[in-house]
Amino acid sequence: MSRWLTLVVLALVTSAALAIDTEAAFPDAARQERYDRWIHELRCVQCQNAAIADSPVGLASDLRRQVREMIAAGQSDAQIKTFMTERYGDFVLYDPPLTARTYFLWAAPGLLLVVCVGFAVRVIVRRSKAPIDSDPEEPA
Amino acid sequence: MWRYFAPAGAFLALGALFGLALWKIGAGKLDIREIKSPLIGKPAPAFVLPSLTDPARQVDSRTLAGKPYLFNVWGTWCGECRAEHSALLAIARMNSVQLIGLDWKDDHQEAVAYLASLGNPYAEVAADNDGRTAINWGVYGAPETFLVSADGIVLEKHIGAISMAIWQQKFAPHLKAGGPS
Repeated sequence: MSRWLTLVVLALVTSAALAIDTEAAFPDAARQERYDRWIHELRCVQCQNAAIADSPVGLASDLRRQVREMIAAGQSDAQIKTFMTERYGDFVLYDPPLTARTYFLWAAPGLLLVVCVGFAVRVIVRRSKAPIDSDPEEPA
Repeated sequence: MWRYFAPAGAFLALGALFGLALWKIGAGKLDIREIKSPLIGKPAPAFVLPSLTDPARQVDSRTLAGKPYLFNVWGTWCGECRAEHSALLAIARMNSVQLIGLDWKDDHQEAVAYLASLGNPYAEVAADNDGRTAINWGVYGAPETFLVSADGIVLEKHIGAISMAIWQQKFAPHLKAGGPS
């Protein structure tokens, strides 16, 4: 039991050492918060299913360096976004903008909801109209 | 009756859609990892980098203006680059376009040895040691190949190993359409 506890505690205290981003934090919390937000918002285009914050590949660390430098230089969020999308396209953003190409992507959850609610209402209305003891399978 | 067949029909339609996509991937007609470059139709990013073959000299993108060039991003650490190398040599031998290499985050000695043993298809090789030029070109995985027009516009991009077939299909038509440039 105590061995397990030791393992859990060790896993908790050493997890910080497994962080991929080993750069020193910004001296002020505001810029660190912006940096953290951006590295989670940008996709590692090389590995494609991870944010640059979570990827150990060289390109991800180069892009983290880019974000760090832009924030240190006092550049705005819009400037960072423009820099990245001019080079890598909207795919680099985990929050794709609403454009003609992405209307369907954004509308799909709403459309699915409408279809499902419509189907449910139809079934409920039909069932509620049926006489209660009309089920032919029901033993008399 | 339709209510029993509709789900099966929907299943078959979806299956056909997924099957078609899988077939396209298998036949090499669809690359789901490919990101269309936002640079196409825009000016090629400028760079001034040390030359790999002569580190005392600089490769300046401004000196490349006036002639189209094929910009090839490679590295000795990249297996696909080795696979496309013979195609690059063949393209260079045709003399229809000059090849400019970008050696991306590479070991200098190994890169020099690589070109010495396999042959050097490039008119110039720029050494991008810190990876900044690659970011400016939107590079995300070597090899990547760009065709830049004589007036410095990115005309085409290919991600992955280039072959003579890809050259003929994607790149050569641009050079013909552009006339004697």
